[in-house]
Amino acid sequence: MSLPNYTPVHYRIWHYTYLTICGLVFFFLIAPLFVILPLSFNAEQYIHFSDKMIALDPDAFSLRWYKDMIWGTKNPWGLAAKNSIIIAFFATIGSTILGTVAALGLSSRHMPYKAAVMAVLISPMIVPLIISGTAIFFFMAKVGLAATFTGIIFAHIILGTPFVVITVTATLTGFDHSVTRAAASLGSNPVNTFMKVTLPLILPGVISGALFAFVTSFDEVVVVMFLAGLEQTTIPIQMWVGLREQLSPTILAVATCLIIMSTLILVSTELLRRRSERLRGIKS
Amino acid sequence: MSSEKIYSSDGLPLEVSLKKAERKNKLRAIFLVAPLFLFILITYLFPIGDMFFRSIDDRMITKMLPKTFIALEKWNGKNLPSEEIYEQFYRDLKPLAVNKTSGKLYARLNYEKSGFSSGLKKTIRKIKTFEEGNFKEQFIKAHKIWNNVDYWVALKNTAPNFSYAKYLKGVDLTLDQDRNIVEVEESRRVYKILWLRTLKVAFWVTIFCFVLAYPIAHLLAILPMKYSNILMICVLLPFWTSLLVRTSSWMVLLQQQGPINDFIVMLGLTANDNRPELMYNVVGTFVAMTQILLPFMVLPLYSVMKTISPSLMRAAKSLGGTPFVAFRKIYFPLTVPGIGAGSLLVFILAIGYYITPALVGGASGSLISNTIAYHMKSSLDWAFASALGAMLLTGVLVIYWLYNKIVGIDNIKLG
Repeated sequence: MSLPNYTPVHYRIWHYTYLTICGLVFFFLIAPLFVILPLSFNAEQYIHFSDKMIALDPDAFSLRWYKDMIWGTKNPWGLAAKNSIIIAFFATIGSTILGTVAALGLSSRHMPYKAAVMAVLISPMIVPLIISGTAIFFFMAKVGLAATFTGIIFAHIILGTPFVVITVTATLTGFDHSVTRAAASLGSNPVNTFMKVTLPLILPGVISGALFAFVTSFDEVVVVMFLAGLEQTTIPIQMWVGLREQLSPTILAVATCLIIMSTLILVSTELLRRRSERLRGIKS
Repeated sequence: MSSEKIYSSDGLPLEVSLKKAERKNKLRAIFLVAPLFLFILITYLFPIGDMFFRSIDDRMITKMLPKTFIALEKWNGKNLPSEEIYEQFYRDLKPLAVNKTSGKLYARLNYEKSGFSSGLKKTIRKIKTFEEGNFKEQFIKAHKIWNNVDYWVALKNTAPNFSYAKYLKGVDLTLDQDRNIVEVEESRRVYKILWLRTLKVAFWVTIFCFVLAYPIAHLLAILPMKYSNILMICVLLPFWTSLLVRTSSWMVLLQQQGPINDFIVMLGLTANDNRPELMYNVVGTFVAMTQILLPFMVLPLYSVMKTISPSLMRAAKSLGGTPFVAFRKIYFPLTVPGIGAGSLLVFILAIGYYITPALVGGASGSLISNTIAYHMKSSLDWAFASALGAMLLTGVLVIYWLYNKIVGIDNIKLG
């Protein structure tokens, strides 16, 4: 952003001050994430920058903590990763199906009490997690699903569906309903119409909703803490336990892997958003 | 116009046929929403209702001592109870002592009147040696509390099935002997401070987020797309990154040997052996929560600012307004809906925050959520945890209702 030549000096000063402030805020947002990266390659057991590291001495860096994360003796990360993936996988499928179907109904102009129903469907997103955790724990204990995978998966479906409902409903607002009528007039049954016409068009919304649901489940710790037994440990639980005891370089190695994962998710949502806008004919 | 009826192809009047089709569409929409609606209702909203119920449910003692309470109904509450009441009390307590299931009684009755727990424990230990008849004398011999009318009044006070005592406890109030609401002793007042601290942290985090988010949301909105997309990564990457990862990065930064303290020492603001505690207190909670919740403020602000036409500001300036006046009179009022949306979103999230305060907040930086978790997992006073949860939820719902009034829930945008 360049200023025209005639800009008075005090506006110039203000302008650059403003840009500096913005720069500092962006730095505040993003820098904490990058502190973790170099420290996870630390050769020492400490989690602060040693003089050797600042001098970029190659001996100060190693893959030691990544090795420890994967092969370390009696380390919990393998089991935790497996559990997290299983739980997030099924929770994502469940939330995506339930959420998409509900969003289709909600977007119909024939749906009665739309606002009230919407409020109920997205309530798990609004209610503080600690309360959700308490309530879901009471329910799961009553039906005998506490400390089971099924219980945790159901809990994560509850927490994930609001995101799917919101993203798919948003995609459906720009949806041209004449294409489904055209399909119906050509003799297609509703299920077929959905699979062949509607779904391909709203797919970007569905996938980005599914990603939200996946991340919600993968990152969720409060509800799992209430529900999980020892066998159901997940990556966030393990990080939570580790962080409460002592900050270790292995946790930073795990954190680095998670940052890489979130970067991949960010890239895919961005690509999906662009594709969705193209499909719906919105110019960016 | 002719009053002739128009018929559809299947021979029905068009009006009837249309109504039928409309009803069919309506049923279809309901049918599609129903599975999720019922799922949320049964597995989520009913349990929240159950939580409210637990917070006022006080039937435990009446269930454990049924005969005593029937006998106590006729008692006037002024003199010591009659022999019959002592006898019924014995009939209730004896099986509890034999089966060793009297545990829950102590804490509940001691909450009603201190001294109850130890007195009852001693009585239960001796009750197996009681002989038939003359129970009043034997009880009084077992422990002196049974010779005190106050304890019998306290016991009778637990008769109602529902009690709001847990809610009173949640704001440092209690009921005295005569069922008046009074404040608890000064040394035991903890919850009011906790609520105030939670509100204070949520309020300031919202303010900090607003102050930091406003300039960058504005910059993102006015920059050309190709630059703003790159800067947007700085907002979205933290947004998509695990909360625990972000919290652990703050733990790295804020620790005593951490980079921020190194920097402070380097600037010469403090001596190397006198590094300030930035973590495990309310400072840590503030800093970490502000950074973690910042994207939730930037995104709604950005989406509102994006819709403000730049020509408005140009028009204001061409009419002689200084940039400051143009900003104050034109731009700022137009961004108010975004400010409202972002602030309420951040406030709602901050008020129920758990993980970050628990890890970087220490004792002085922990919030109401941490106390709820403590009572759920450690002290196992689920009724009290439920009451605190119900109070928090009521607060959040009020804010949510405001949010809905101002922005509308269908307008929530994600990324």
